[in-house]
Amino acid sequence: MIALLTRDLRLALRAGGGFGLGLAFFLIMAVLVPLGVGPQPSTLSLIAPGILWVGALLACLLSLDRIFALDFEDGSLDLLATAPVPLEAVVTIKALAHWLTTSLPLVLISPVLGLLLFLPAEAYLWLILSLLLGTPALSVIGTFGAALTVGLKRGGLLLSLLVLPLYIPTLIFGAEVVSRGAMGLSIGTPLALLAGITAGSVAILPFASALVLRINLR
Amino acid sequence: MASVWEYANPLKFMRTTDWLLPAVVVAAVVVTAIGLIWGFFFTPDDFRQGSTVKIIFLHVPAAMMAINAWVMMLVASLIWLIRRHHVSALAAKAAAPVGLVMTLIGLITGAVWGQPMWGTWWAWDPRLTSFLILFLFYLGYIALWSSIEDPDTGADLTAVLCLVGSVFAVLSRYAAIFWNQGLHQGASLSVAPGTRMDWAYKAPLYVSMTGFGLIFLALVLAGTRTEIRARRMKALVARERMA
Amino acid sequence: MSLAVTALACARGGVPLLEGVSFSLRSGAALVLRGPNGCGKTTLLRCVAGLQPPLAGEIEAAPDAIAYAAHADGIKATLSVAENLRFWAAIYGTTDIETALERMNLRALADRAAQNLSAGQKRRLGLARLMVTGRPVWVLDEPTVSLDMASVALFGDVVRDHLARGGMALIATHIDLGLPEAEMLDLTPFKAQLPAAGSGDFDEAFL
Repeated sequence: MIALLTRDLRLALRAGGGFGLGLAFFLIMAVLVPLGVGPQPSTLSLIAPGILWVGALLACLLSLDRIFALDFEDGSLDLLATAPVPLEAVVTIKALAHWLTTSLPLVLISPVLGLLLFLPAEAYLWLILSLLLGTPALSVIGTFGAALTVGLKRGGLLLSLLVLPLYIPTLIFGAEVVSRGAMGLSIGTPLALLAGITAGSVAILPFASALVLRINLR
Repeated sequence: MASVWEYANPLKFMRTTDWLLPAVVVAAVVVTAIGLIWGFFFTPDDFRQGSTVKIIFLHVPAAMMAINAWVMMLVASLIWLIRRHHVSALAAKAAAPVGLVMTLIGLITGAVWGQPMWGTWWAWDPRLTSFLILFLFYLGYIALWSSIEDPDTGADLTAVLCLVGSVFAVLSRYAAIFWNQGLHQGASLSVAPGTRMDWAYKAPLYVSMTGFGLIFLALVLAGTRTEIRARRMKALVARERMA
Repeated sequence: MSLAVTALACARGGVPLLEGVSFSLRSGAALVLRGPNGCGKTTLLRCVAGLQPPLAGEIEAAPDAIAYAAHADGIKATLSVAENLRFWAAIYGTTDIETALERMNLRALADRAAQNLSAGQKRRLGLARLMVTGRPVWVLDEPTVSLDMASVALFGDVVRDHLARGGMALIATHIDLGLPEAEMLDLTPFKAQLPAAGSGDFDEAFL
């Protein structure tokens, strides 16, 4: 189990692992939006919570197809499925590795990008907290999507089409936490709902992911 | 006693729908025509909304069927996953495009109705947003079906997607309500006492809802028959290859 | 400890390939599967490995007894030979990779990244993976592809040692592995026949 996690982390960090691509994408997003909507701090600070959440979501999406595709191509997935590790654990570890290599860096860099977008000072804490709470759901849901499309040629575009609608509740509650925080309103309800979605997804979706993975491997 | 599961046998299904489908088609055309003609030409104008209100006879039945189609797909997917009846999986597959079109009709008639009423074609109202999200779920479901070659694998994967998608669709619905309390009126029909709609509207509305239900049934039966024929062709080709 | 397959039928892409395949393996025995391309050797092995449900028949094996080696070796290009092996050892809960490195003649390559190996060297690494699983039943799909003569002999020795220690091997191959004691099973007679009408067979529902 630990071995699988360290292997995935090591693969991501070595050459060609694609580590940092999501981060760069997130940064480019935050640069392009002001170029598109204009430099007024008032406009930018208003839309900053939404932009940061949508950016994090898309950056997360970018690396989803790598979760299983590489292991499928080189045969590791067949071998893992016959190994004495439950497939449910394999998909959970894969989601965790995706979160550590893709989502966590996004969370850490988000305050800097908040600075670029004039995010109100009160909202920084909530930005980090909501991303920390919400991104595990993004990784787990994305792992499910990746498991659904693992055997397909050109699965990448289909993966986005399948996963993005599933991201909607997380996005709504996550962005809501930040924008309420920015306006100084109470954030208890959306934060609790966001945590609820993450907890539910982490608890249940690995079973669905393992099920579809088995179907795809047979 | 004959069990409903007998119809899970493709042969039995084909034999029954041979005569059932034409009957349903005729009923669907007649009932929908009655409902729409009655609704459009023989109901009074609303004192506030004028004649624009009459689009309700398209809008509400389509919106209702858009949701019912997804529910039917969910039930059919569960039946496939639990009992492995092929007809069930194929019926779910056949229902998806119908549901997609119903969602589209609901959205378009809603926009046409919204323009004179609210002065806008589109608003990010929770109901409207939920429907747009439902549209995306249909798109994903259909796209997944169309990209998998092996029919049983396709049935399995789409069934799981339908299950997971249903949970997230309901979540999205409540998230959308939370996100923006909207313009849209409450449910047009309500069984609670003191309903807001007069029988002069309700009666033709019920008729066209029944009509839309029958249209949905006819299209799903026809679609399922097509899918069964396609599977039969695959089976024949497989036998040819074995011989 | 044994592996018994009774009246197995399996299909690929909805088309039945094999039916009525029965065999059994005892400790120390090897079985070589033969048959023309596309006759269903790989499908049969995937069934035995538990990746694919059979159409009919039974596979009896002790739980967690089978180590499967497919066409693809499951090697990560950016990891070194030793790292690849250590990973699979950890997954199977064993620690000793030295024996495997030694026996498959990979010692000198241990620190080399797998992407710099030749096809034959990669294959040797894939087979060394079997040795670190510590499992008694080896299910091997064309294990000798891209191996040179010396490596085939090396591999034959490894299999013989494995059998001598009470292991079992089920091998699909076209090449003589130098295992005279292994039994042969030609799969050609087990080709699935067209089912008779009305027998309730795989696609009967749609005819």
